[in-house]
Amino acid sequence: MKSKKANYKTVLTVIFSIISVLYVFPIVLVVINSFKKKTSISLRPFALPDGKSFVGLDNYINGIEKVEFLKYFGYSLFITAASVIAILLFCSMCGWYVTRVKNTFTKALKFAAIFSMVVPFQLIMFTLAKTADTLHLNTPVGIVVVYLGFGAGMAIFMFSNFAQSMPLEIEEAANIDGCNPLQMYFRVILPIMKPTYVSVGILEIMWIWNDYLLPYLVLDIKKYKTIPIVIQYLKGGFGSVDMGAIMACIVLAIIPVIVIYVFCQKYIIEGVAAGAVKG
Amino acid sequence: MEKALKKYLPVFTFPTAIAFLIGFIVPFVMAVYLSFCSFTTVNDAKFVGISNYIQAIKDPVFLHSVGFSAIFTVVTVILINVLAFAVALCLTQKIKGTNLFRTVFFMPNLIGGIVLGYVWQLLFNGILAYFNRTLTFSSIYGFWGLVILLCWQQVGYMMILYIAGLQNIPGDMLEAAQVDGATGAQRLFKIIIPSVRPTIVICTFMSLTNGFKLFDQNLALTAGEPSHGTEMVALNIYNTFYGSTAAYRGVGQAKAVIFAVALALVGILQMRLTAGKEE
Repeated sequence: MKSKKANYKTVLTVIFSIISVLYVFPIVLVVINSFKKKTSISLRPFALPDGKSFVGLDNYINGIEKVEFLKYFGYSLFITAASVIAILLFCSMCGWYVTRVKNTFTKALKFAAIFSMVVPFQLIMFTLAKTADTLHLNTPVGIVVVYLGFGAGMAIFMFSNFAQSMPLEIEEAANIDGCNPLQMYFRVILPIMKPTYVSVGILEIMWIWNDYLLPYLVLDIKKYKTIPIVIQYLKGGFGSVDMGAIMACIVLAIIPVIVIYVFCQKYIIEGVAAGAVKG
Repeated sequence: MEKALKKYLPVFTFPTAIAFLIGFIVPFVMAVYLSFCSFTTVNDAKFVGISNYIQAIKDPVFLHSVGFSAIFTVVTVILINVLAFAVALCLTQKIKGTNLFRTVFFMPNLIGGIVLGYVWQLLFNGILAYFNRTLTFSSIYGFWGLVILLCWQQVGYMMILYIAGLQNIPGDMLEAAQVDGATGAQRLFKIIIPSVRPTIVICTFMSLTNGFKLFDQNLALTAGEPSHGTEMVALNIYNTFYGSTAAYRGVGQAKAVIFAVALALVGILQMRLTAGKEE
């Protein structure tokens, strides 16, 4: 009986090992092709680079120069970091507040925030781009306001749900000790909300870093692009498509994400799991 | 405490509320209004009643995209949830390598839809090249290409949620069933599945909305080719706004309203169907 069970566990491990290798294969394929001459990528994607088709780092150098990759990587990084920090700070304050103080305004705000979660982006994409344009929010700094607004729904929802489960006694004690609400918020409530910060932060980072359509429509894309826009721009057929540069840029877009993932995977996976249980 | 808090309403809620006004409320109201107007920019809007809606539901390309999205969503919701649940069951058996497998399966979620689309385009076209075909040869290819891509991306995400759900089942409940002589199938259908019902509700809801709202992957993998054959609803709306024949923005706005309402109805219906069985 025992050995039978051990056997089937070994079989499962073997099966999943094979599936895992297949799972990462598409990514590996892109990495392999990023070292090949651009003409041999489309023709024979499964061939390993050989003496004739191997071009070393040429595609990378070419790709980085051609689309000013590093500059746009910087914009992507700034937009994601600034937006997520803004969302975490302001939406956690707001989410907690609408749970503690109930009046017409806070009730309406919470209801509208939850409602916004089910609205598909396509419904407001045109008018949002126009609004952002009119208010001159078409810059990497301005788009932070747009992300705070459009991303507020999920964040307010998750923070207010968490606030409902927080014991009031701690806050009352802080109040008696003479804290004003802001001091209380930053010294008492914020530390308790830490797990929700991690969950919301991870979900928002995954969304904003990879978002294509919102920044494409909101930003002044002659001046500012994010990584997904650059990739789409390269492939979208402006002149001849340089497959080598595309492969290199895709690899450059993926690698930082995977490096961060490898180091923080425990938090990321736990954060995602916790986020859904509450949501 | 309430009294002290009330004075702080602007501090806690205004930053989010103002951004929310700009990033959601104003564009939303404008969008709904513009769906009853004929316009190319917001300034030249003329009220035309429901004629946009009539044109939208008479547009064969739009109707095709709705059908395509609906079939696509049904197929992916079933596949993603069955596969994710099966993998989650296997990975909660304490087999060797569980953490590694979990990490690998979740990884594609961190990479954006645009990048993933091009990664898989390389792979699919590489395989199809042996048959002298490409992904845009027929809509069927594009359909299954998108299905494989979305499953590859989302099985890992839903798996994480199912694992979290499965781990919440008390171990002694399963042991007791085993002692009482319950078979594997009985344990699965009588204990495990009913216990993770909340997770099933969340996961089907998420995969349902993800399927319907799919845009980035669609744009990158097939761009709707051949001749709108693989164009899904979100991409169809986008093309109505920004495509080469962008004279019908009012119609695009009407399509987006139809899309949003349909999405909300399907979501509510699904919640009723999967959650309502408890009573």
